[in-house]
Amino acid sequence: MRIFIPIKQVPETKAVRMDETTGTVIRQGVTAILNPLDLYAVEAALLLQARHQAETIAISMGPPAAETALREALAMGIGRAVLISDRAYAGSDSWATAWILAAAIRHCGPADLIICGERATDGDTGQVGPELAAALGWPVLTYVNRFDWDGAEFRAGRRVEDGVEELAGTLPAVITVVKEIAAPRLPTLAGKVRARQAIIPQLTQAELQLDPAAVGLAGSPTRVQKIFRPHIARTCQRVMAGDAEQAATACRDLHRFLHDRKVV
Amino acid sequence: MTTVPDIWILAEQRHGRLLDIAFELLARGRELADRRQARLTAVLFSAGLPAAELQRLIAGGADRVLAAEAPEFAEFALEGQAAALLDLIRSEPPEVLLAGATSTGRTLLPYVAMTAHTGLTADCTGLEIEPATGLLLQTRPAIGGNIMATIVCRAHRPQMATVRPKSCRPLPPQPARPGEIVRLPMAVTGSRLRRTGFQPLTDDGGIQEAERLVVVGRGIKKPEHLRLARELAGVLGAALGATRDVVDRGWLEYPHQVGLSGKTVTPKLYVGLGVSGAIQHLAGMQTADTIVAINSDPEANLFKVADFGIVGDLFTVVPALIRELREGGTPWAK
Repeated sequence: MRIFIPIKQVPETKAVRMDETTGTVIRQGVTAILNPLDLYAVEAALLLQARHQAETIAISMGPPAAETALREALAMGIGRAVLISDRAYAGSDSWATAWILAAAIRHCGPADLIICGERATDGDTGQVGPELAAALGWPVLTYVNRFDWDGAEFRAGRRVEDGVEELAGTLPAVITVVKEIAAPRLPTLAGKVRARQAIIPQLTQAELQLDPAAVGLAGSPTRVQKIFRPHIARTCQRVMAGDAEQAATACRDLHRFLHDRKVV
Repeated sequence: MTTVPDIWILAEQRHGRLLDIAFELLARGRELADRRQARLTAVLFSAGLPAAELQRLIAGGADRVLAAEAPEFAEFALEGQAAALLDLIRSEPPEVLLAGATSTGRTLLPYVAMTAHTGLTADCTGLEIEPATGLLLQTRPAIGGNIMATIVCRAHRPQMATVRPKSCRPLPPQPARPGEIVRLPMAVTGSRLRRTGFQPLTDDGGIQEAERLVVVGRGIKKPEHLRLARELAGVLGAALGATRDVVDRGWLEYPHQVGLSGKTVTPKLYVGLGVSGAIQHLAGMQTADTIVAINSDPEANLFKVADFGIVGDLFTVVPALIRELREGGTPWAK
């Protein structure tokens, strides 16, 4: 069994800035980490690696510095890592990203299972997993909270709004996992040493030979037209309640306000 | 071929019942269709719903219902529904296709968008259309809700988007609205996934359906103080919600979480107790009709979106409010 785990390096802080003209994220000066929701995908893969002697390969697309995120996955115990990095791929939206990932995974040889995080905490679309499955022509199970494979068939739970759907099927498949799947382990010291020494091969346009019109900004059907700060426009009737007496008056005012608005 | 452009929404049903999101999407779609002078079509996958149920989609704003029916479509079936949707798109391409940002919409739409080679915008909270060109302006929160981004898909069709549930209200039903219902029997072949069971959730928090909501933030300080919030909720007939802080501390379960990483709510009344109003929280509640903030910190962000604010210690204010609502009467109304 060969498992690919597509991961993403994301900016850590919530104080991320955007370039107002291009609509892209300014990554300079912001600490980059492995997408926290990808840790669950890594852990799910590690459990299958231990149980079924699966081969695990973490794969990421990004600038050369995204190697750091792959080393985090290696430190946790993932078998090996591949970085897809080429200027031609910069600015890819979820469609183009899935297209490139699909090509890269095909390039890396046979795959049985692809495990993705639910979404990345920066883009927040959650689209790359299902799009990758469609690009490969595989089925996808999203929001997976349980996954067992008996060597022939898998059984999975899918966390939906009103419960858990139980599904069965055969590989290959793409799954995207939620936190319930497993608690991510911490890297071991030996793992960190191995991760630091690992050689991470890079895949570029020279290897993948993708149509330039299908990748990067040019190959992205969507475009950010503008970005803005959400404006907040309500007028707040504000009263002070410094003591019990003021509180009683304030609550009387509030009661009347709610009554006038026909809320109570 | 139609001469008027078509706008499609995916009307979701679960266990044979149309979901609220179907009617929210109809409200969104109706506005866009009127601006663009387009036809609004609701696409529905099911094992066959009664005509009266389909008629509700017309009453909710659809000009046409395409009911794709197969026994396998009783519940969500990715491969069959993706194939059917692609066939429908190819036979009469719509300009726009909207679905709910639900577990179904967020799975089916990316799968279809990839194969149809078109753009998809996730989790939109605002949609506008250019009447002359039909270009859809899709607005969504980005980077944890700190920023809004407007996304366009210029060259590819259909323009696809998932829309956040409860981010708008359904239209009042118009039972006399005319509309066409087309039932399309579908043959489903070769699905590689098999549904083997379903475990229903027992407590979903009830916060999305609630008309009134009391929400607690970190300002309640201790889980023991939830009793006070529950009492106020009881007096108001409200459900109990929480900020992420409170859920992360384990004081309330995740189904109660309001905000970007929890649920979006649009109640008639929102009362925040010790809620600071992080932007991620505001993104999930600021479309409430009436917002009340009670917080000892006059700088709390929630006051900026509130209609009525009380600056004071909530352990003094909330008991006073409970007393007022129980015993205060409404003499000013006479």
